[in-house]
Amino acid sequence: MGPMGRMGRMFKYIWLVPLLPLGGAAINGIFGRWFRFSEKLIGGIAVGTVALSFLISLTAVYSYGFGGDAKWPNPYVTTQAVFTWIPGGAVKQSLGQSNESATISVANQPVSVTQPHGSLLNVQWSYQLDPLSAVFMLIVTGVGLCIFVFATGYMHGDPGFYRFFAYMGLFMFSMLVLVMGSNFVMMFVGWEGVGLCSYLLIGYYFNRDEAANASRKAFITNRVGDFGFMLAVFAVIATFGTAQYTDVVTQAISYPVETLGHWGLMSWIALGLLIGACGKSAQFPLHVWLPDAMAGPTPVSALIHAATMVTAGLYMLTRTNVIFQHSQTMMLVVALVGAFTAIFAATIGITQNDIKKVLAYSTVSQLGFMFLACGVGAFVIGIFHVMTHAFFKALMFLGAGSVIHGMHHEQDMRKMGNLKKYMPYTYWTFLAGWLAICGIIPFSGFWSKDEILWNAASTTKIPLGWLVWLIGTIAATCTAFYMTRLVAMTFWGKERFLDQHDQNAAHDWGAKKQGKHDHRAHVPHESPRSMWVPLVVLAVLATIGGFVGISTAFTGGKHVGGRMNIVNWMEPIIWKPHAEIRFGTTKGVEPPAPAEVESVAAQPGGHETGFNLAHRVEASLHSETATEWVFIIISLLVAGAGIGLGLLFYVKSPNLADVWATRLRPLYLASYNKYWIDEFYGLAITRRTMDLARAVFAFDSKVIDGGVNGSAWMTRLTSRMTGGADKYFVDGLVNAIADFVIRLMSPIVRAAQTGLTANYALVMVIGLLVAVALYFFKSF
Amino acid sequence: MLLMFFQEAGRVSTALESVKHPDLSKFLVISAILFIIGIAGVLTRRNLLVIFMSIELILNAANLNFIAFSRYLQDTGRGDALAGQVFTVFIIVVAAAEAAIGLGIVIALYRNRETIWVDDIDLMKW
Repeated sequence: MGPMGRMGRMFKYIWLVPLLPLGGAAINGIFGRWFRFSEKLIGGIAVGTVALSFLISLTAVYSYGFGGDAKWPNPYVTTQAVFTWIPGGAVKQSLGQSNESATISVANQPVSVTQPHGSLLNVQWSYQLDPLSAVFMLIVTGVGLCIFVFATGYMHGDPGFYRFFAYMGLFMFSMLVLVMGSNFVMMFVGWEGVGLCSYLLIGYYFNRDEAANASRKAFITNRVGDFGFMLAVFAVIATFGTAQYTDVVTQAISYPVETLGHWGLMSWIALGLLIGACGKSAQFPLHVWLPDAMAGPTPVSALIHAATMVTAGLYMLTRTNVIFQHSQTMMLVVALVGAFTAIFAATIGITQNDIKKVLAYSTVSQLGFMFLACGVGAFVIGIFHVMTHAFFKALMFLGAGSVIHGMHHEQDMRKMGNLKKYMPYTYWTFLAGWLAICGIIPFSGFWSKDEILWNAASTTKIPLGWLVWLIGTIAATCTAFYMTRLVAMTFWGKERFLDQHDQNAAHDWGAKKQGKHDHRAHVPHESPRSMWVPLVVLAVLATIGGFVGISTAFTGGKHVGGRMNIVNWMEPIIWKPHAEIRFGTTKGVEPPAPAEVESVAAQPGGHETGFNLAHRVEASLHSETATEWVFIIISLLVAGAGIGLGLLFYVKSPNLADVWATRLRPLYLASYNKYWIDEFYGLAITRRTMDLARAVFAFDSKVIDGGVNGSAWMTRLTSRMTGGADKYFVDGLVNAIADFVIRLMSPIVRAAQTGLTANYALVMVIGLLVAVALYFFKSF
Repeated sequence: MLLMFFQEAGRVSTALESVKHPDLSKFLVISAILFIIGIAGVLTRRNLLVIFMSIELILNAANLNFIAFSRYLQDTGRGDALAGQVFTVFIIVVAAAEAAIGLGIVIALYRNRETIWVDDIDLMKW
C-alpha cells in the first residue's frame, strides 16, 4: 500500500475527532448526575475522549502532511462525507458570472471550474482535512487536552463537576465541527455551538448575578456578529450556489478583484463575514463581551476565551481569504479594525487590577494583532499567531487559574505579590508565557508578532501599511508593559495577601477555621500536579512553538524546514491575487501578466499603495534581509522598552505608577474605565432597547390589548343587542301570532268537543247521511 | 229530509216491482224502519244499555236487508244466493262479540264511575 493509501487509512477516522468529545459530554451530562459519577470517572471520561481525539488528529495530520513520500497530497483538500445533511433544494444562482467553465489557477495549478446554474444545494455533513483545519484541529484538541487536565484539578470539589465537563465536551465538539466542517453551513453549526457553550460556561456559576449577566452579554453581543455571518453565508449560497468551501473557492477565484473604493458583491460578503468575525473574536466594537466573560471558571477562560473559540473569527477570515482578497477595501478595514483593537485593548490592559481582566484585554489585543495580520494579507502569519497565542495565552490563563486557586479565589492583583516563593511551578511556567507575549527572542510570541509587524510594514495588499505597523508597534510596547506589570504585581514584590485576607476570611473556599484565626490557612499554596503538569507542557510549547514559523531573516531568506514550516504548510490554501491596489471605481482588474506583477513588486513604494515603510527602508539599505533585521531589532527594542518600563514602575520604584496615574489622571481614568464603552453601550443601546421594549409593551398592552378587549366588548354588545332583538322582537312576534290564533280560533274549534257521546254519534250519523245522500243524488 | 228519504225508497220499490217481486220492498221498508229506530235510539237515549240495544237494532236491520236480497236474488236466479245469508251469520257472530266486549266495558265503567249514563261520561271534553 502506497503512502496515499496509508493517509487514507488514517483519514478514515477523523469523523471520530469531534464525535468523541461529544460522546464524553453526553455520558457525563446525562449520567453524571444520575449515577453520581465520581470526579475521577467524570474527569477520566472527559480527558480520555479529548486525548483520543488529539491522538487521532495528530496521526491523521501527520500521515496527511508527512506520511511516507514527499509528495504533498493533491488536491490539498481532502473531504470525508459522513452523510447528506440537507439534500438537494434547488438554488438558483442569482448573481455572479455567466461563464460556464473556465480554467484558472489555484495556487499556481490549473483547475477547471464549472459554474452551477440553478444547481442543487446539497449540504453534506462532511469533514475537511486541509492545512488550515489541520492546524486548528491540533490547537483545539492539543491545547484543549492540557486545559481539560488542568480543569480536573481546578474544579476539584465543585458540586457541578459533571456539568462543567459536559459543557466543555460539548464545546470541544462544536469547535471541532467549526474547524473541520467542509462547508459554511457546518461552520455555522459550530459557530453557534461554541456561542452556546460559551454562554453556558460563562454562566456556569449561574447563582452569581455577575456571571449570569456576563453570559447574557456574551450571547447577545455574539448574536450581532452572527447576524452578519448569516447574511454572508446566505450571500455565498446565493452567489455560488453551494456552501462547500472547495466549490466556493474555485468559483470565487474567477471573480474580478474589487479595488479600493469599489464596493461590490465580494465586499458585501466580506463585510458580513467580518462582522461575524468581530463578534466571535471580540474585535472593536463587539469586544465588550470578552472581558466580562471572565466570570466563568478560569479553565473556560483559557480554553474558550483565549485559546480556541475566539480564534474562530481568524479561522473564518483565513478560510474565506479568497473572498476577502477580492475586496481591497475590506482588507484595509480588517487591518484597521485589528490595529485599532490591538492598541485599544492594550491600553485598557495597563490599568486593570483583576488578573483575569488584564489577560482578557490582552487576548482582545492579541486577536487584534491577528486581524491586523490578515488585513495586510499575511493570513498565514495570522494563523501562526493564533497558534503561538493559543500556547502562551492558555499557559498564562491556566497560570492565573493556578494563582487564583492558590490564593483561595482571590483575583485582585493588589492583594497578591511574591507568589514565586509559594508557587514555583506556576511562577516559572508563567515567566515563559510572559516572555513569549512580550516578544522576546526566542520565545514563540516573538516569531509571530515580529512577522506580523514586518508584514504590516512591507505589505503591498493595502495602503497605510506604515500606520498599521506603527499602531501595532505601540500596542506591542503596551503589551510588554502591562504583562510585566502583571508578573511584577503577582509574583514579585511585597506579600500583600496576609493583611488583606483577615477581612476576607469568608472568601475562603477552603477549610474555614473556627475560633482562633490561623494565618497559615490563607497562605497561598502550590497547585496539585494535575494543574502544574499542563502548565509545564504549555510552557514548553510557548517557548519553542515559534520555531515552526522562524523568520526568513534567520534562515537566509528562505522558509526552511519543508512542511514543518507553517508558511510552507499553509501556502496552498492562501490565494495570491495578481491584482495591484488601485484607488478608483473600476469594476475590477484583470490579472496582469506575471512579469508585470514582478515589476510592480520590484519598485519599492512606487505604485499606488502610497507610502510603504519597508520599501522605503529597503531603498536606503539595498537589502531585503537587512530591512527585515531592522524591523526585528525595532520590535525587540520596543518589547524591551515595555518590559523596562514595567520593571521601573512596578519593581524599582513602585510609587511611580501612582505618581503617573495622578499626573495623567484623565488618561488613567479613561483606560481604567475601559473608555466608557460599556457605559456608552448601556446608554446608547441597552437603554434605548429597554425604552423601545417599554414602548412596545405599552403599545401592546394599550393598543393591541385594547383592540382585542374592545372587539370582545363590541362582540358582547352586539350579542346582547341581537339577543334582545331575538327575545323581544322575533319571539314576541311568534308568540303574538300564536296567541292571536289561539284566542281567535279556539272557541270555535273547542266548541265541537263537547265530550258527550251522543254528539259524536250524531256527527257520525250526519256524516253517514251525507254520504248516502251524495250517493243518491249522484246516481239520479 | 225524512220525506225525501221515503220518496226515494218508494221510487226504489216501484222500480223493483217491475221485476215482479212485490215482497222485497216490504222487507226493505221494515229494514229501514228498524235502522231508523236504532239510529234514533243511539242518538237520543242516554242509557248505555239502551244504546247497545239500539245498535243491535241497526245491525239486525242490515241483516234483514242481506236476507231479503239473498232471497230475492235466489228467486230471480242471479248470483250466489247464499252469500247474503253467510254474511248475516258473520254479523251475528260479530254482534255477539261486540255485545260481550261492550257489556264488559259497561260493567267496568259502572264499577269505576257508578253510572252508565253517557252524559256523565264526558272526560273527552277539552
